[in-house]
Amino acid sequence: MNKQCKILLNGILKENPTFVLLLGMCPTLATTSSAINGMSMGLATMFVLICSNAVISLLKNVIPDMVRIPSFIVVIATFVTIIEMVMNAYVPALAESLGIFIPLIVVNCIVLGRAESFASKNGLLSSVFDGVGIGLGFTLALTLLGASRELLGTGKIFSLSVYPEQYGSLIFVLAPGAFIVLGYLIAIFNKLQRKKETISSN
Amino acid sequence: MEYIGIIIVAIFVNNVVLSQFLGICPFLGVSKKVDTAIGMGLAVTFVLTIATIVTFLLQKGILEPFGLQYLQTISFILVIAALVQMVEIVLKKISPALYQALGVFLPLITTNCVILGVALLVIQKDFNLMESIVYAVATAIGYAMALVIFSSIREQLALTKVPKALQGIPVALITAGIMAMAFMGFSGIDQVFK
Repeated sequence: MNKQCKILLNGILKENPTFVLLLGMCPTLATTSSAINGMSMGLATMFVLICSNAVISLLKNVIPDMVRIPSFIVVIATFVTIIEMVMNAYVPALAESLGIFIPLIVVNCIVLGRAESFASKNGLLSSVFDGVGIGLGFTLALTLLGASRELLGTGKIFSLSVYPEQYGSLIFVLAPGAFIVLGYLIAIFNKLQRKKETISSN
Repeated sequence: MEYIGIIIVAIFVNNVVLSQFLGICPFLGVSKKVDTAIGMGLAVTFVLTIATIVTFLLQKGILEPFGLQYLQTISFILVIAALVQMVEIVLKKISPALYQALGVFLPLITTNCVILGVALLVIQKDFNLMESIVYAVATAIGYAMALVIFSSIREQLALTKVPKALQGIPVALITAGIMAMAFMGFSGIDQVFK
């Protein structure tokens, strides 16, 4: 069980897809105009990650090496289609605001990257835990980014008012804010990581 | 006039990278030098145009008549992946010089969300074939332009002193943010063409 915990934490901190690996930048920037949007995008990606990791780890001995990438893509695309249909049916408003970025989970490099580098080499349980870990890391990063933008832009977090809206600056909700806030968040993450390393090396 | 409107909107007002957030990974990855940025821009233009035509015909000719719209995501990504491979092989045979210039970038393009994104957007916006082609070419030009401008800024940036924590990607992202702010100045220009 200890090993699974390690895999889980690895995805959240050491190999955080957004802050460390810098993968899947498009949905990270595009869908984080509010905390709730960021979180839903993260959860949708996590669902695809867990399912595709599980299926690929089960099929890893059946898939010939030559055609492994196309086969992975088909598996991933299947789950993306499923989540797209489910979201359209049950949460149409959310599906509308995430728009084209739900089908674009297919080309999210995190999902294919984990399939190639982890699920195709490890057993079912480890792969599922890796999916959960990386998915949680991604969801946390997106929620954090969404919450920061929402707070700076409109003075709210998860639509709960923190300070009056007229003091917020709309630019953080619009496109430029996405780049700038993510830039500073990565810088803060780097700084904390470096501090931790110097402490542990001393 | 209508086509000019589409072109202006796709290049300036709704720039793919700076306001629609498509293709950020290569935007950050290959923008350290102007030369590679130009190569990537050309490769995207080339593949995007062909891919949009092919996926458009696939949607109108096969998926819609047979009621298979739910296969859209799977079929589009497979067609795009196969297409990129084919372009690579054909290019190698027909024009080795062009292949030399674009070769390295072609495999990267399959996972570039601009291609799939534009293919899906064209269907969503209900464009006809000619409008789709114009939109695809204009989007690609917008992408190439953003990439070249960004890489020239980054070449300058490499020579300046940047705080340690901001070095590399963070400062690049902030630069992109300021660029996006500049591009916001174009918004509203499309009203002229309506």
